[in-house]
Amino acid sequence: MSGAVITAALAFGFAALGLALVMNLWRLFRGPGLADRILALDTMVINVIGLIVLAGIAHGSGTAFEAALLLAMVGFVGTVAYAKFLLRGDIIE
Amino acid sequence: MSGAAPWAEWLVSALIVLGAAFALIGSWGLVRLPSLMERLHGPTKATTLGLGALLIASIAWFQLGKGMWTTHELLVSLFLFVTAPISANMIAKVHLHRLRHAPDAAEPGPAGTPAAPSEAADWATHEAPHLGTPGDFEGD
Repeated sequence: MSGAVITAALAFGFAALGLALVMNLWRLFRGPGLADRILALDTMVINVIGLIVLAGIAHGSGTAFEAALLLAMVGFVGTVAYAKFLLRGDIIE
Repeated sequence: MSGAAPWAEWLVSALIVLGAAFALIGSWGLVRLPSLMERLHGPTKATTLGLGALLIASIAWFQLGKGMWTTHELLVSLFLFVTAPISANMIAKVHLHRLRHAPDAAEPGPAGTPAAPSEAADWATHEAPHLGTPGDFEGD
């Protein structure tokens, strides 16, 4: 499908992003404050977007990017909604 | 699909390795740094820029390897770069808010506990905005 160099680079990318997700999970479970947990979830969304982009390159299909765009939007709205709820006690005032 | 020139493959591979390494470093900072205000730096800067490199790699791969011009990645990166500072600001506000209401709930960070804002500046509380402050849309 593709050359040896890009296969190795993709393997490294998948491994690095997987390890990053494990670190985020650790912070999600451990995180002393509620803000740490929101931050860990936000970072997990960003890392998953990276995984989807790498999968799109690996499979050579352009359909993965709608999923990435959707995840970027939903992740941002989720983060802001959770923070807004903690700040104001309500999401839509 | 081996239509890509060798230098294009090397370029895309280098961008992928760079982006994934930056994402990993950002998450490592999230684990390693001692307080939330410092932990905010890792994901918001390193991880977001790493994802930018991955998206550039994707654009280059589809353009140079397959001759397809895709703009979805540009949209994703634009959206991400616009929203990352906003969500970081919201998380920092949550941290300060919880610090003010329950000082034992979190560590304040290297700068210490921030000074409480004056009475007319409730920018991060459960209370409604006071009359005449920027958040007050009804008292104008």
